[in-house]
Amino acid sequence: MMDNILAARSQMAMSLAFHIIFAVIGIGMPLLMVIAEWRWLRTKDEVYLTLAKRWAKGTAILFAVGAVSGTVLSFELGLLFPQFMGAAGAIIGMPFSLEGFAFFTEAIFLGIYLYGWTRVPPRAHLFAGVMVAVSGAASGIFVVIANAWMNTPVGFQLVDGKFTDINPIAAMMNPHAFPQTLHMTLAAYAATGFVVAGIHAFLLLRYGKNNRFHRLALGIALTVGGIAAFLMPVSGDILAKAVARNQPVKLAALEGQFDTTRGAPLRIGGIPDEEAGETRYAIEIPYLLSVLAFNDPNAEVKGLNDFPKDTHPPVAIVHFAFQIMVGCGMLMMLISVWSAWRFWRGRKGKGKDWIDSKRFLRVLIAAAPLGFIAIETGWVVTEVGRQPWIIYGIMRTADAVTPMPGLVVPFVTFTILYIFLAIITAWLLFRQVAASPLEEETKAAAPEAKNAA
Amino acid sequence: MPLETIIAGIMVVALVFYALLGGADYGGGVWDLFAFGKRAKQQRELIADAIGPVWEANHVWLILVVVILFTAFPPAFAAISIALHIPLTLLLIGIVLRGTAFTFRPYDAQKDNVQRRWSLIFSIASIITPVLLGVTLGAIASGTIRVENGIVTTGFFNSWFAPFPFAVGFFALALFAFLAAVYLTAEADDADLREDFRRRALISGAAVGGLALIVFLLAGTGAPTVRAGISQSPWAIFLHLLTAVFAVGAFYALWTRKYKLARVAAAAQVSLIILGWAAAQFPFLIEPDVTIDKAAAPTITLQLLLGALAAGALLLFPSYFYLFRVFKSKTAFTALTGNSDKIKK
Repeated sequence: MMDNILAARSQMAMSLAFHIIFAVIGIGMPLLMVIAEWRWLRTKDEVYLTLAKRWAKGTAILFAVGAVSGTVLSFELGLLFPQFMGAAGAIIGMPFSLEGFAFFTEAIFLGIYLYGWTRVPPRAHLFAGVMVAVSGAASGIFVVIANAWMNTPVGFQLVDGKFTDINPIAAMMNPHAFPQTLHMTLAAYAATGFVVAGIHAFLLLRYGKNNRFHRLALGIALTVGGIAAFLMPVSGDILAKAVARNQPVKLAALEGQFDTTRGAPLRIGGIPDEEAGETRYAIEIPYLLSVLAFNDPNAEVKGLNDFPKDTHPPVAIVHFAFQIMVGCGMLMMLISVWSAWRFWRGRKGKGKDWIDSKRFLRVLIAAAPLGFIAIETGWVVTEVGRQPWIIYGIMRTADAVTPMPGLVVPFVTFTILYIFLAIITAWLLFRQVAASPLEEETKAAAPEAKNAA
Repeated sequence: MPLETIIAGIMVVALVFYALLGGADYGGGVWDLFAFGKRAKQQRELIADAIGPVWEANHVWLILVVVILFTAFPPAFAAISIALHIPLTLLLIGIVLRGTAFTFRPYDAQKDNVQRRWSLIFSIASIITPVLLGVTLGAIASGTIRVENGIVTTGFFNSWFAPFPFAVGFFALALFAFLAAVYLTAEADDADLREDFRRRALISGAAVGGLALIVFLLAGTGAPTVRAGISQSPWAIFLHLLTAVFAVGAFYALWTRKYKLARVAAAAQVSLIILGWAAAQFPFLIEPDVTIDKAAAPTITLQLLLGALAAGALLLFPSYFYLFRVFKSKTAFTALTGNSDKIKK
């Protein structure tokens, strides 16, 4: 039988891994919808309106799952780690309260957006969409700020195990607040953009490259996803430098760095062996880790061996997850550059139509899940890399867990529930995608757009 | 008034909004299950139209309550999370199933059996969730969650697996069903449909009365301190009389088919019940070991939270007003019937 703390951590991890998908789409999709609707208002091209409405339908399903799975999380903080919330609630309740209002705004205007196509004037409708997009991003930012505090806790004094001199504003301005929120917000747009682009690339491949509906959809999704993906490595570098400063054990774990070294190499791949204290079979690029972490080829990078064993996170998991995340991010960046180049050439009339390439569309289909894989593995790096702490350096996860016995039961229950929801959601979205308009329909889109409502 | 008392008061107000808005959405689910007769389909459609655009916003009130609780009164949140782990977990499952089944239903195949399956999950979850919410609140009021030095000493079942919390649970269910039926009489634009829900409102209103009596009787042993607060202090008598006035008023208005008046009276009745409970429990967050004062976060946190709540309210209420104007205003509704754009196949 699973021990209680592992069950609690697994339930939290599973709930977060599930929720993050819907949360990310809740940030990304409204932006895509708003762009499409704005284009419609500007150009009066009905295909854009059809597109906004189609995207809105998919978003409605996903947002509902996100809303309820987010509710589960707000309770689970207490249900699974009551000592953590009991101690830290006063310090990091602030971003959660602000998130509450952001979520309110998001839910209210999403209601208007989804159900109000004929009830409010077009400009008010677009405004509702903008409110959803802005408050969705704000929600995500507030929650990530709370997580950043768990990684770099500040804004209090610890006296005899009690938090005193609490300063919630300082806690919100913690060292990881900016790097993490920047990285995650960009990731949300990149992941959403790529998965939507992938779906429309598939449909273009299937229904022909001249289907205007899917062409315009691909253009918007790839623009948003591509710009975000292009900026991702920059935000990643900012965050990595912050981790190097504030969480040296995590940096050592994600790099598989066991010995403290000057001029440390960057490892690509490799298998960390915690027993032997070395990482084997990695491709090492000399000095690069020192440069990336501290902007100095001879900077000292602390190794795991310099830290007590009972403060090490599970090295292999963190290292592998980091490699996968970075790999996905790099591929996405390359694909966005390639897409931009194709588009630019097509425009200049030097090459053929930028979408007219089976290979290009196939690459986009293959790249569709990369953003979400990067987000899931990225959060593994952040969260597993923080272990054994729930509040880094302050409170151990084991000391925060609920005394409630038999936590394996809710873990299994929620896992089954979420698998069920995932299957249904996927099936319903598949139905939506399968019902997407054909080329002929998009040519005479005006009546179709009305019926689609 | 001390800051923590003000914030506890705001938490109660948020709970009142949750009951009035989110509660009625659960009540809608109850009537989805009990939709029958030749207008069953129209009843379900009216319910779905009433809930569709607003349930997600209404649901956020609960999150606000939780967030205020863990920000302003962290030890109370920790103790409740431990002692009531089981009913809260079940409550969450109910919340998940209610919301998702309701959303999935219009997107799935429009075949009768598929639709019936989603309706069943939606409506059963709409029944179980309010019961569990009531069980949770009943357990908190019962005085059976004991906390020593921040540690819950009364186990994981004792406090909630008892007649009193369950009586409160069914009372909450009846209240929500009553509210929903009353609101739906005011929202229906078809006379027959209005009569259907008028009958439902009268029946569930009677159930509210019966269950209120049972809750009161069980409180004698189930929640003695709160009962003493409800039945003995002078302000409580006043609150009771006022609640009774609105309860009778709601019945009178339903009887005489004054639906807008009934809506106001029913909402006032439900609000006063919650306020009465909160006042009877004051100054305890968890009776008898956790007081508002003892569990309060440091002043700086409370000040900032109050600021955030005030700023948030400035954003929230105009937005909420707009949402309800767009979807609940009768003129907007009738003007566009036949041209409505609900997400339907």
